[in-house]
Amino acid sequence: MTVAAGTHQRPGRLADFIDGARRGIPVTVASAPFGMLFGTLAAQNGLSVGEATLMSAMVFAGASQLVGLELFGQKIAPWLIVLSIFAVNFRHVLYSAALGRRLRHWSGLQRAVGFFFLTDAQYADGEKQALAGRLTFSWYMGYGLLLYLCWVAEAAIGATFGNLIPDPYALGLDFMLPIYFLGMVMGFRGRPLWLPVVGASAVTSTVAYYLVGSPWHVSIGAVAGVLLAAVLAPSGRRAGL
Amino acid sequence: MSTTVWIILAAAVVTYLTRIGGHVLLSRFQRIHPRVEAGLDAVPAAVLTTLVAPAAAGGGPIEWATLAVAGLVALRGGLTATFFAGAATLIVLRNVL
Repeated sequence: MTVAAGTHQRPGRLADFIDGARRGIPVTVASAPFGMLFGTLAAQNGLSVGEATLMSAMVFAGASQLVGLELFGQKIAPWLIVLSIFAVNFRHVLYSAALGRRLRHWSGLQRAVGFFFLTDAQYADGEKQALAGRLTFSWYMGYGLLLYLCWVAEAAIGATFGNLIPDPYALGLDFMLPIYFLGMVMGFRGRPLWLPVVGASAVTSTVAYYLVGSPWHVSIGAVAGVLLAAVLAPSGRRAGL
Repeated sequence: MSTTVWIILAAAVVTYLTRIGGHVLLSRFQRIHPRVEAGLDAVPAAVLTTLVAPAAAGGGPIEWATLAVAGLVALRGGLTATFFAGAATLIVLRNVL
């Protein structure tokens, strides 16, 4: 066998791809209920199976898709729905900035394709993989494509069977989103200033919900939390952590 | 095409911009002011909270109990455990009470 020294040290593209997919299995399983929940709620909110599947395939960001659904049901101006989805997905800017430093050996096209698949889990496991060694495009795509293809299929399945549910109230479908969002809020509790931010956004959004009305309570409440964090943050680079 | 499809396509574009944007921007600005960074850090928790608090305020004892259970489970478990604990609580209480 004649194997070049360079390829001997690293696994090939296919092996990398399979290894990435294997690492993506846990989060793919964990997110499956949410993929189907999205499809089900999409059907409940009047989206067709095709529209629900299209949204999962094009947006591929669970929390923002659920936010979009919540607003689709309220006859809100389209640009405001898009803006809300943008606001929920804004955290990707930080992931993108952080992970981009690990992808300098990728081509421009690889980066353009790869960033489409940048999710919370992809970011976290991608950083781990980069620290452990080389974050190759094949590894990244093995991880991302597994998660992506399952996510799209789950939307189609959920939307197909979501149409068949007889009593949504008994199954609690109207209140599933707040539970899911509370779980996500709690997931960020390790961040600095989490409690003051959540407290400010909770009080402000609730007051705005009754005084100003939906959907402005989302923007007003979010801005209150973000401003508080900016004000409370230590201004010196050495302060805090 | 329906309005819904246009909204989905626009949402896809802005979402992709958030995914590629950080990398594109960081290659121009090497330093971020700490206050801006703290504000950006707070974005997800702030936005998501606004989707929970008014719903909780508008709910009744069953919904409050559901969120309490989910909140407690979240202290120990992950998102999946939290969601299923809350969903189970809600469904059981709505069908029993």
